[in-house]
Parts: sequence; C-alpha cells; structure tokens
Amino acid sequence: MASSTTAHLRGAPSASTSASLAVLVRLFEWFGELGLFCFQLLQGVFLPPYEVREFAHQLDELGSKSLPLVALAGAATGVVLALETHDSLVTFGAKSLLPALLVVAIIKESGPIITGLIVSGRVAAGIGAELGAMKVTEQIDAMEVSAVNPFKYLVATRVLACVLMLPLLTLAADLCGIFFGWVTSTLTEPISLRLFIENGFKHVTFNDFLPSTFKTAVFGLIIGLVACFQGMRAHGGTEGVERAATTSVVLSSLFIILADVVLVRLIQVFFP
Amino acid sequence: MTTTTTAAASPATATMEAAKPAPSIRVQTLRKAFGKQKVLNGINLEVAQGETVSVLGQSGTGKSVLLKLIIGLQQPDSGSIQIHGQEITGLARPQLNEIRKKVGFLFQNSALYDSLTVEQNVAFPLERHGGLSAAERKKRVRELLATVGMERDLDKLPAEISGGMQKRVGLARALSLSPDIVLFDEPTAGLDPITASEIDELILKMQKEKNLASIVVTHDLPSARTVSDRLTLMRNGQIVIDGSFQDLEASKDEFVVQFLNRTS
Repeated sequence: MASSTTAHLRGAPSASTSASLAVLVRLFEWFGELGLFCFQLLQGVFLPPYEVREFAHQLDELGSKSLPLVALAGAATGVVLALETHDSLVTFGAKSLLPALLVVAIIKESGPIITGLIVSGRVAAGIGAELGAMKVTEQIDAMEVSAVNPFKYLVATRVLACVLMLPLLTLAADLCGIFFGWVTSTLTEPISLRLFIENGFKHVTFNDFLPSTFKTAVFGLIIGLVACFQGMRAHGGTEGVERAATTSVVLSSLFIILADVVLVRLIQVFFP
Repeated sequence: MTTTTTAAASPATATMEAAKPAPSIRVQTLRKAFGKQKVLNGINLEVAQGETVSVLGQSGTGKSVLLKLIIGLQQPDSGSIQIHGQEITGLARPQLNEIRKKVGFLFQNSALYDSLTVEQNVAFPLERHGGLSAAERKKRVRELLATVGMERDLDKLPAEISGGMQKRVGLARALSLSPDIVLFDEPTAGLDPITASEIDELILKMQKEKNLASIVVTHDLPSARTVSDRLTLMRNGQIVIDGSFQDLEASKDEFVVQFLNRTS
C-alpha cells in the first residue's frame, strides 16, 4: 500500500492511465492492420487472375437480395417525410412546395443515408459472420494452402460488389421514397404523379442528384472494407464470430455517419 | 535412431551427403514463439520422397504449428524450411503459391467450404490451377472422390455428411492438384476406431500409389504405427526422439516410456 502510494507520488502511471494507453495502442494497431489490409485488398483488386464468377455471385447476394429491404425503408421514409412536412408547410402557407421539399430531402440525404445504414445492418453483419466463421473453422487457411488468395476471392469481390451496388440501391430507395411520398400526399390532397414529379424536380439539378447518389459508393467501400476486415481477423470460436458480426455493423454504421458529415461538406464545396 | 546433437561431418561423409538427393522436406533449427511462449525451439526434421514421418507429442507442443510453418501459413522466428530444396521462409505470396501447389494439406477438422457441395469442394483448387477443361475437371473430381469412396455424395453439403466422410473429402481435395507432399494434421482425431483405421488405410493406399512424402501429426499411436516409416516425439518444442517404432519402444527415456505407456 505504502509502496504503491510512493510510486504514484513519484509519477508512475496509474491504473487508469495504463488502461487508456492500452486502448490507444489497440486503436493504432487496428488502424495499422487496416492499412495493411487495404494494401492486400488493392493487390487483390488490380492483379490478375480475377474472380469474375464470385464477383457476380456477390452482386446478387449483397445487392439484389438487399433490394426489397432498401425499397421498403425508402418507401417508409417517403411516407414519413410527406406526413411530417405537410402540416408544417400548410401552417406557413407553402403547401405547394411539398413535392420539391420531399424530392430534395430524399435525393440529397434521406435516401443515401437510409440505404447506407440498412445495407450496413444486413450486409456488414452477414459478411462479418461469414468470413469470421470461415476464419475460425480454418476454411480461409484451406483456401491459402490451395494456393488461392483469399483477399482476391473473398475480400475484393465483396468490397467491389458493395461499392457498385450501393448507388444502385440508393436509386431504388429514392424512387420508392418519392413514389410513396406522392401516394401519401395524394391521399390527403389529390395531385397527379406527373405534376408532383414536375414540381418536385423543377429546382433539382444534376449537381444535387449525382454527388449525393455516388457518395454512397464511399458508404459501400466502408461497409465492405470494415466487415471483411473484422471477419478476416476473427478468432476464438463462436464468440469470435459473434464479435466480428457485431463490430462489423457497429463500426460500419458509425463510419458511414461520420463519412456523411465530411462528404456533405465536400459536395457543398465542389458542387455548389 | 537420430540423436539431438550432430557430430562434425568428415570429408568422406560430406561427399556422400552431397551425392544424396535433397530430401523433399528439410526443416533446420526452426524456432517459433507466440509472445513469451516458445512453441518450437530448434526443430530439425527431414522427410525423403516416398517416406512418411509421424510427429507425436502432447497437446500444445507445437505439432500443428510445425505443419503450418511448413505450408507457409505462419512465419518462423528463425530457422530454415526447404521444400524440394527451395527455401520457403520469407517467400512472397506468388512464389509461395507455386510451392503450395505441390503440397496437399488435410486439416484436423477437414476445413471444407461449408457453402460448397462435396464436388465443388474438391473442384475448388482445380478450377484455379488445374488447367483442365470443365469436362476434364468433372472427370478428375469424380475419380478423386471415387478413390476415397465418396462418389455417391457429390451434391451433399459438408454439414450433411459425417466427420469420417468429411475427412475423406478433405483428403480428396488435398490430392486434387496431384501433390508430391501431403501434410496430415490429426487425420484420425475425433473418429471412432473403425473409421480411423479406414482413414489410415486410405492414407497408406495414397502413399503407395503416389509415392508421397508425408508428415502426419497425431496423438493416435496405433495410427502412427500403421502409416509411418519413422516417428518423432516432441516435447517442449524440441524433438526428443526420431526413429522407427522399435527405436521408440527400445528407448529408456522416461518421457518416451511414459508417452508409449499412456497411448498404447
């Protein structure tokens, strides 16, 4: 007791300082390993041979099979936005702006972020658990000893599929959101779809539409990269698989939200 | 029987050594530690073509680590590993993959790809390296599966077949690229005695037909006795004895006696 007090007085690190240092070291290790992982991923993407069949399979698995979920989430967002904004716009006498507000809100932010988070929940958990299970059951080692590069076969195909499919899924979410926003609006005050679309897109330019849609490719990169990374470093049996799946979802969702902040500002600067 | 210390070779012995063909696998003063735990502490091992060596020892003595180092799944801290005379430590992935094509590996839990069928599992390495047409590949896969008695279960998933059957499929996959070296990690672990002896017979049959150089890591002494030309016993990351089964039986070393009495 006396010696520990003396050590503390002499400036020896306390238990909480040591714990903080350990967390910091782990954080740096994580980013360091992620850097090496990205390097191996780039080799897997650009150097032949290419795993075209597995890539096509992943486009279907990660993209097409996420479509119903994304479309439903997009539709729900459109309905909620229409319901929430209708009363406010009526109060301010700006009811005619409802289509424009709805379209801009969905295209510029709601569609992309909802798609990113929904796909993160479905796909990141799936990839994290699948690769994690393969890792702990030595299937990835089996691939290595068969002289097949798992970064090429497992990682590159999944990351590329996520990057490619996210903008397409965002388009689907946008379409469903706008359509069901119109359905909700027309139920309270009938308006033709054509007029709704014309009013909605009157002030929308490609600078509003394209950057917002294609920023989701970055979300796809985050989802694929984080989930594959967490899956490939899983260890410790079923608990390790569970940890890989959970951290894949949590980290990719968090990074998507943080990336969105940066990307929105960049889009404002480069596409005013 | 090999002793752990090596005397300085005379010029005549050195000439004979130079004339002798290089062993298929040569491991020299191999060391590997995980943190402070020394798993392998200066291992020396040579396996000639057509020879089968069993590596015995208690759990946690680094037997499986030795196999993973030989196939390049892990890197040693120091020492040398040569496959057909080529040093593999520190090789880049493309060069290492060329070596791996000549080496088959049977994992302890078979490590079959659980989303692929039996047929697809065996076809997986062939699709990437075999240089065969689809029809030739299909024929080769069926031949391999017939060799291990699994030709009737082509479309089953690994989860739908027993542990012994998974080992058979794993063996077919390990042999798919026609390797001349095969590494077996606990080939009979978790199997009943009858299935274990079937796997032993299968290993013997493969060795006879293909003149393989093999290392079998196992706890199963009867199995090791059946399939091996030579046995080595490991303790604390070092080889205690390297010789025939008779050499092991004749040994007065307390650990060897204890190991044989416990497992026989």
